[in-house]
Amino acid sequence: MAFINLKKKEVQVKIVYYGPGRGGKTTNLEYIFKKFQDRIKTDMVTIKTQGDRTLFFDFLPLGLGQIKGYNIKIQLYTVPGQVKYNATRKLVLMGVDGLVFVADSLVERKQQNIESLSNLRENLASYKKDISEIPLVLQYNKRDLAKNDIPLLPVSVLQEDLNSKLNAQAFEASAVEGKNVTETMKQIIFLTVASLERELK
Amino acid sequence: MIYSMGQKELDGIEDVLKDTLIEIGVQCVCLIDMAGNIVVSLEKGENQHDIYSLAALAAGNFGAVNSMAKIIGEEEFSLLFHKGDDVSIHFSKVFQDFLLISIFGQDVSLGFLRLKVSEAIEKIKDLLTLSLNT
Repeated sequence: MAFINLKKKEVQVKIVYYGPGRGGKTTNLEYIFKKFQDRIKTDMVTIKTQGDRTLFFDFLPLGLGQIKGYNIKIQLYTVPGQVKYNATRKLVLMGVDGLVFVADSLVERKQQNIESLSNLRENLASYKKDISEIPLVLQYNKRDLAKNDIPLLPVSVLQEDLNSKLNAQAFEASAVEGKNVTETMKQIIFLTVASLERELK
Repeated sequence: MIYSMGQKELDGIEDVLKDTLIEIGVQCVCLIDMAGNIVVSLEKGENQHDIYSLAALAAGNFGAVNSMAKIIGEEEFSLLFHKGDDVSIHFSKVFQDFLLISIFGQDVSLGFLRLKVSEAIEKIKDLLTLSLNT
């Protein structure tokens, strides 16, 4: 639920990083925080468990500059990926404008990816939103592990499992190394802002 | 979904919050929506809070508390208050979609604040109704 403040000429947009636990959602935000520190005036907010896993969400506000005379404020959130935290995941999705689904490329995470996407579909439906109608980018994370001979799901399999019906843009990425992290973010911002513009017309 | 508010409505809401809450010594007051967006925020001079993070956390916190209410059979808790040694924070729901956050020190009593918050919400509701229906 984006908000346009006509007085301050400011648009606030909410983008959520979703996906299975330990998939790299928080690492995406940490990389963005480091890379764009000059545009981020505050600390990144994280609510973690003692074991350093996301408990509620991570939050990172990012100033994008001006588009058509309006200051665009992007609010980046992650959800907790662990299955047991569905109630909090659902809360973070409230009013979402755009989504990044961070899939884990490890072979043994195939089923968790599919289940997490299905969970996203269900949680969006509880807000009467259809996954096919919301701006969405897929990110196949941890591709860097291939060079360590760790077995990864081929991109064709990830596409078949997750993207055969959605046909969303997908990026092969390494959140740890920062590969395609910025590109993923730029694409979801582009799609979300374009979608808001269409809605305003 | 997208919604907007114009200069007139936002000025009106700011005036209400200034006259009823900032005037009695509240350090910071924010009207946010349940997605964590800031509709209006006012601070009393020297206190520079990170209001974007505060709004995100407040919306999440309020959502979590409402979910707890449902688990114990309540429809909702419409009022939430956290007491600190020097500074406290008070949340109050405005319609279904908005939350009024007041940050205040020991110089303001909770009872008086609650009275003034209720007064402010009644006035804000009229302005929000006007704004959301146009």
